[in-house]
Amino acid sequence: MEEKKILEELAQRFPKSIKETSSLFGDETLVIERDFLLELARFLKNKPYEYTMLLDLTCVDYLGQEPRFEMVYHLFSLPANRRLRIKVRLKENDLAIDSLTSLWKNANWLEREVFDLFGVHFRGHPDLKRIFMYDGFEGFPLRKDYPLRKRQPRIPLRK
Amino acid sequence: MLLNMGPSHPAMHGTIRIMLELDGERILNSEVEVGYLHRGFEKTCEQRTFFNLLPYTDRLNYVSPLINNLAYVMTLEKMLGLEIPERAQYIRVIMSELSRISDHLTCLAAMAMECGAFTVFLYKMKAREFIWDVIEYTTGARMTTSYIRIGGVRADFHPDYQESLTKAIAETRKVLQDVHGLLDKNKIFLNRTRDVALMPAEEALSWGWTGPCLRSTGVYYDVRKAHPYLVYDRLAFEVPLGERGDNFDRYMVRMKEMEQSLRIIEQAMKKIPETSHRVMSEGIEPVQAIKASRRKKPKERIELSPNLEGSEKEVYKDIMNPDRRFVVPPKEDTYTSIEGLINHFKFFMKGHGIRPPQGEVYFSVEGGNGELGFYIVSDGTDNPYRLHLRAPCFHVVSALERLIKGRYVADVIPTFGSMNMIGGELDR
Repeated sequence: MEEKKILEELAQRFPKSIKETSSLFGDETLVIERDFLLELARFLKNKPYEYTMLLDLTCVDYLGQEPRFEMVYHLFSLPANRRLRIKVRLKENDLAIDSLTSLWKNANWLEREVFDLFGVHFRGHPDLKRIFMYDGFEGFPLRKDYPLRKRQPRIPLRK
Repeated sequence: MLLNMGPSHPAMHGTIRIMLELDGERILNSEVEVGYLHRGFEKTCEQRTFFNLLPYTDRLNYVSPLINNLAYVMTLEKMLGLEIPERAQYIRVIMSELSRISDHLTCLAAMAMECGAFTVFLYKMKAREFIWDVIEYTTGARMTTSYIRIGGVRADFHPDYQESLTKAIAETRKVLQDVHGLLDKNKIFLNRTRDVALMPAEEALSWGWTGPCLRSTGVYYDVRKAHPYLVYDRLAFEVPLGERGDNFDRYMVRMKEMEQSLRIIEQAMKKIPETSHRVMSEGIEPVQAIKASRRKKPKERIELSPNLEGSEKEVYKDIMNPDRRFVVPPKEDTYTSIEGLINHFKFFMKGHGIRPPQGEVYFSVEGGNGELGFYIVSDGTDNPYRLHLRAPCFHVVSALERLIKGRYVADVIPTFGSMNMIGGELDR
């Protein structure tokens, strides 16, 4: 019950920026405007909510839908012992979002992972480069239009 | 001086590369490069059905595959709203605690060996063997178990499990005691771990640390206590905490956690509900059953070869949810009745099988390294639209650069050892 209240409170506080709230399967979810992410994250990180941990950050590719991409953030509040999911929808032709590296340090690698596998650009990221794939890899493997068995061209040996 | 450590280095537990910028022995800067073991786990899973992708989860954290199975399966069960029988819940608890112990043992064994304590390594490997014996007797495999299934577990305990489990507990206790004696006040070990690579609690949270590494900084967070799953709320155990968050605390927290895990297993062994079936019972052979069923369905139990998967129909009610939509039917039914056969085909046919409702779900369990979470997006078909793993050691290893900055090269080894980096889970 208490969790419901938080969603309502937030929706009332930021009626313009929060587009949807839901709690499917018991997971509290907010869908927000793209440019509101950093502000909301900063607000949630401090009191009274204290979502001090960025549990996870990932992206989903809804090929064929508009907007195509969806960023998914999972926050965790240690004092209140509750999780919160924030979703931001991104258009394919403007695939950029604010980086959370200024708030959470693990956002650095997590965002690099999403950049590597989905090609999302993070504004304000200090060192945005591939993490799992090698330099010179073409394409973004976790996108739905990347074929499962696609071969990559050989990269020349370094001298 | 620039120095490459890895990707293939005896003290790197997986393939990981650390580029060090050195001034003499001191590390000025470093860069950690991961991804050498990237196998496209998430991409592969999108192409597999919910049932078929389970073996891939074994290969994430290959030291504690049972916990990976558990995390994936429970995420899906949350989506499907499946209840599992109580005995299966206790089996899951015992199995995941055994995995946790083997995970911690491996981590600390390697860490101690790299600091020169080879005896500790051998002792811990010995204890791990006893634990893996129990796992092997029950699941049939040591590492790639695929034992915890959607709706329950694959098989009941081996008939003599209590004996081997009691032995494993006793042996592990003894080893833990020996290791405490060998390392706790060992000058060499202390010099290399005490006050090396300190991590304050605030910062650890900011790095997204969970599990033993976070608890070593003094933060009380354990998924088993914070969001109790299975029957953890009925079992008494403590969450050991460290004080300073240095390498020694990370060692100590793991050691104490193993003792708590042993405690949990002992309690679970007492509380586990008895099976309602006789382990070995007489039945008729399949050939006879098929012959008899031409006229009338036989009432006797059908005995299949014990080597054949799922030959224990009577066991199923203790360890599996009976819902036919989500669980493979017992093989006796498949081979001897038309309903069972249809059921079997419906389960394995492409486009049928397990089809969770549309939506997305996140669920996590306490893995060996910390919060092991799965995020699954389902579009209503029988394969996941997107499956993402929250790998605990990804967050821990991302702090490595910060921890070794300004330290000596020799400090990289115990620091890296205490993090328990597992390549399969880190790189996915």
